[in-house]
Amino acid sequence: MTRHILNASRISAGYGDTVILDGLDLDLLPGRITVIVGANACGKSTLLRVMSRLLKPRAGQVLLDGTSIHRIPSRRLAQVLGLLPQSPIAPEGITVADLVSRGRYPHQGLLSRWSARDDEAVAAALEVTHTFDLADRPVDELSGGQRQRVWIAMALAQETGLLLLDEPTTFLDINHQIEVLDLLTDLNRTRGTTIMMVLHDLNLAARYADHLVAMAGGRIHAAGPPEAILTEANIRAVFGLESRVITDPTSGRPIMLPIGRHRMI
Amino acid sequence: MLSVSAITTARKTRSQARRRVIALLLVLLAAGFALTLMLGQSFTPPGTVFRVLTGEDIPGASFTIGRLRLPRAVLAVLAGASFGMGGVAFQTMLRNPLASPDIIGISSGASAAAVFAIVVLGLNGPVVSIFAVIAGLGVALLIYALSWRNGVAGARLILVGIGVSAMLNSFVAYVLSGASAWNLQEAMRWLTGSVNGAQPAQSVPVLAALILFGGVLFSRARDLEALRLGDDTAAALGTPVARTRITIVIAAVGLIAVATAVAGPIAFVAFLSGPIAARIIRNNGSLLLPAALVGALLVLLGDYAGQFLLPRRYPVGIVTGALGAPFLITLIVRANRAGGTP
Repeated sequence: MTRHILNASRISAGYGDTVILDGLDLDLLPGRITVIVGANACGKSTLLRVMSRLLKPRAGQVLLDGTSIHRIPSRRLAQVLGLLPQSPIAPEGITVADLVSRGRYPHQGLLSRWSARDDEAVAAALEVTHTFDLADRPVDELSGGQRQRVWIAMALAQETGLLLLDEPTTFLDINHQIEVLDLLTDLNRTRGTTIMMVLHDLNLAARYADHLVAMAGGRIHAAGPPEAILTEANIRAVFGLESRVITDPTSGRPIMLPIGRHRMI
Repeated sequence: MLSVSAITTARKTRSQARRRVIALLLVLLAAGFALTLMLGQSFTPPGTVFRVLTGEDIPGASFTIGRLRLPRAVLAVLAGASFGMGGVAFQTMLRNPLASPDIIGISSGASAAAVFAIVVLGLNGPVVSIFAVIAGLGVALLIYALSWRNGVAGARLILVGIGVSAMLNSFVAYVLSGASAWNLQEAMRWLTGSVNGAQPAQSVPVLAALILFGGVLFSRARDLEALRLGDDTAAALGTPVARTRITIVIAAVGLIAVATAVAGPIAFVAFLSGPIAARIIRNNGSLLLPAALVGALLVLLGDYAGQFLLPRRYPVGIVTGALGAPFLITLIVRANRAGGTP
């Protein structure tokens, strides 16, 4: 899969009168996993929306291989840049296979028929996400974890070199969170997909990110390898929270332990 | 690979199932059409119907079929298809069965404009359709503007639409009651819809609109399907969301308004066709064509029932209205139980 370069330069964006992003720069590392963390309302979802063209920035631009994404036709962009929004809607009664097939829309013209290539992409997406056995089940009967895997399968069937995900683990049990993040890592390793995602959980972010971006007040506070970013000082600056950061014995990545006002020995 | 062939097989099974349902609907529609030509106050044998249709002049039959039954059946099918397709386009785009043009006031707007053009301005023919289309688009714009508050939420748009619809209906009643040549049949047409006294020439604009606007909707069928997954997902799949929305609104309003300018706002056909089509086709692909066929069947059979199966003669809108009202109540009750907005 061709590596595409997506970067944002001097982005300002907001809704109505409120400015949310204020002159922000971000380069996604090709073939790597970038994870965005930050407190609520720090602009992380807005950044993801701007990077995926759901929101037009007021100033600055997002470039895909050097071209502004607002100059690329919708379908062309969708062949390269995939996105899983925070709350996608599954039409009532739609089956898993049908939903995943819709990931092929950007590859089909108005008149071009469904091809064997499309079937292969759908089958591969179902296999990778372990949803093949669910193919004929209606999506609304699935558990939260299964459903999220199905949505990821749809994004995979789109076969884009870039995949942006807005909090893909929200509302999932911890085992399903790990399952989804492992799946995305597999995808990154085997297909070389460049991934950018917003995560809430700092420890999971530090574990799965190649590149960790901490945002505060519409700007990037710090960005780099997780070991350098998940520090007690940064957590204090971004979340206003005291914490201890230790090394996870399994992954070797940093994990943070929050310090509250109670329950101290 | 085994898994790929499983996917291929499943997909083929799905599209076969879809084709079967569409074929069944077509057969039902053809049968209904043939029956309404044969059955009326008197029975005309199929042979005679066929001879009249091929242009033979048969005393009596040529008049009942050629002048009365055929234009009426043709208008019923065309108007029903327009309502069905325009309705399901709105319902799909706004992801809510209540967001149908006959509930949110677009049909009433077209009807009010048609009544105004005919009764007050003394116009007739295709120019009335143009009035209706402009009024339909105007109402769409109005309810959109009235329900705008940092974006448009479906529930607010529906409530605003219901209010606008009530206002426009009272305008229709007001204009009709002031008309000099006021009669009940005409009043019923503009309030609930009717194909009574259809003239062959009346079907022409409806057919033209169905070809033009229906064609536009079909060309956007895939984008419309993508919108069902939410605006963000649709955009991620390469759908130009804003442009698709505008195109669909114009085409759907065009369908509804032109049909309304001739047959009146036939009650609940736009509202009912989509959900019925979704039930029978089991969410398998675009609902545009199935809903058009269901709409055509509803108006054709509803009109027949209104003429011959009930103790008195009723315009088709009374029959479809009686069918639609319980469904509307069911939807609202269900939305209330869910504790959320419809």
